[in-house]
Amino acid sequence: MTDDGAPSGGTGARQPRQIVLRPTAPIVPAANIAGRSLMFVISIMSFLASLTLGAVILVQDTANTWQSDISREVTIQIKPQDGLDMQQALETARRIAIGFDGATDATIVNDDETSRLLEPWLGEGLDLDELPVPRLVIVTIDEGAPPDFQAMRTALTQALPNVYLDDHRTWVNRLVAMANTTTLIGICILLLVFAATVLTVIFATRGALSGNHHIVEVLHFVGAEAGFVASHFQRHFFVIALKGATAGGIAAAIIFAAAGVWANNNFATPQSDQTNALFGGFSVGPGGYVGIVAIVIIIAFLTALTTRITVMKTIREIDLIRSNPGHVL
Amino acid sequence: MIHFDNVGLRYGMGPEVLRDLTFDIPQRSFQFLTGPSGAGKTTLLRLLFLSLQPTRGFIRIFDRDIATIDPQELPLLRRRIGIVFQDFRLLDHLTTYENVALPLRVRGREESTYRTDVIELLKWVGLGERMNVLPPILSGGEKQRAAIARALIDQPEILLADEPTGNVDAPLARRLLRLFMELNKLGTAVVIATHDLSLMDQIDARRMILSHGRLDIYD
Repeated sequence: MTDDGAPSGGTGARQPRQIVLRPTAPIVPAANIAGRSLMFVISIMSFLASLTLGAVILVQDTANTWQSDISREVTIQIKPQDGLDMQQALETARRIAIGFDGATDATIVNDDETSRLLEPWLGEGLDLDELPVPRLVIVTIDEGAPPDFQAMRTALTQALPNVYLDDHRTWVNRLVAMANTTTLIGICILLLVFAATVLTVIFATRGALSGNHHIVEVLHFVGAEAGFVASHFQRHFFVIALKGATAGGIAAAIIFAAAGVWANNNFATPQSDQTNALFGGFSVGPGGYVGIVAIVIIIAFLTALTTRITVMKTIREIDLIRSNPGHVL
Repeated sequence: MIHFDNVGLRYGMGPEVLRDLTFDIPQRSFQFLTGPSGAGKTTLLRLLFLSLQPTRGFIRIFDRDIATIDPQELPLLRRRIGIVFQDFRLLDHLTTYENVALPLRVRGREESTYRTDVIELLKWVGLGERMNVLPPILSGGEKQRAAIARALIDQPEILLADEPTGNVDAPLARRLLRLFMELNKLGTAVVIATHDLSLMDQIDARRMILSHGRLDIYD
């Protein structure tokens, strides 16, 4: 502007200078404290949700392994009786069992193996002929097409006295119930963590957005349509959430991978055996990693959706003042 | 262009802050809106800017009854109105150039299509050397001119300015007034809300005086 008040135009005698402008900044500021806090909160929640998902997968896999190991075998038990030739009875039982479709193998637990089984209770040097110890035939079955246990039981009792077929059904049923309960509890915890994640993301996003209320208002007043404003904020917060959730997901994946490596490196050691007994292979498998990716995507989209809803609501509130001057926000 | 008929407005259950306002704002007109502090100048400007609705009466803006306007149409109508807020409302993370270009950007225009226009306007308001500066660095007068440029960039049919000289010294106030007069000559209707009598005395323009919620007009 000139001294006399006239605006200075570009029509002066001087050669116009080349004007250098910075690349156009985004309408929503790239980074601020609220945005960084939101990213941090989202990364924590993504990490917790991923860990919980991995734990549920681990419990479910372990329960399935237990169930599968036990349901792969049935046991024929023959109690000693006066006049019974135990070896012949065992052989008969083995022959009957193997004769059924669905029985893939039948093995007599021999004297040495039986002694070793009883060693913890009866000590070494046990003479099986002196004690009325029941003897066992272990029958391996085809899990996909198991034999008719009732028919096998009938055939055995008709051929031999004091014989008992244990198909582990009671034990398996209990184990299945326990495994299902454990998995159900895990899923409930997962749902709670997800609910907490959803609420945290919603409140953190709204908190971060409240610091940008003036931007929404200015955009609205310079003629921006609600969809335009919402899409800019939505894109901005989607990127923040994606970064935060990815960081949390990667941290959880690293922990699972490290646990898997530890388990492999300590294979066949007492610690590893104990851990394996509790957690199986200690690996979440591809499903776990896919789940982590799903969690990251869900959180990012949830944040974007929350942002859109909040911005639209803010604009509606601005227009609500318009229609109701007495309305206090 | 704008017609008010027996308009009244109250906030909630409070007393009416504006009463029985009946007036027209013709195209290409120039007027001051004045009155003591608290008289309702800003409220009346908000009615003109469609950010408030009257509790009674009838308002037509650009031949539209505002009582029946769909909220989704409001942005399209606001694009025909330029407003200079008393507190400027510039976005601190955008440069002067980006703030002035904002109305065009929200209309979905490519930067290459408005770059020259924005630069020319910034030079016209005396901010040619301050294009890359962020608002917190600008002086009060520079912010005022940036806010005015933002209101003008899309050539509105009417400009509403709320105390546009409230934050500047007398010489700059005179410059801004000349700016508004030039704009008016180019065809934009201007409404300047001010309580600065010395500013109004500088030109012979229509005066709309608000007092106790009522409006007197001196053509």
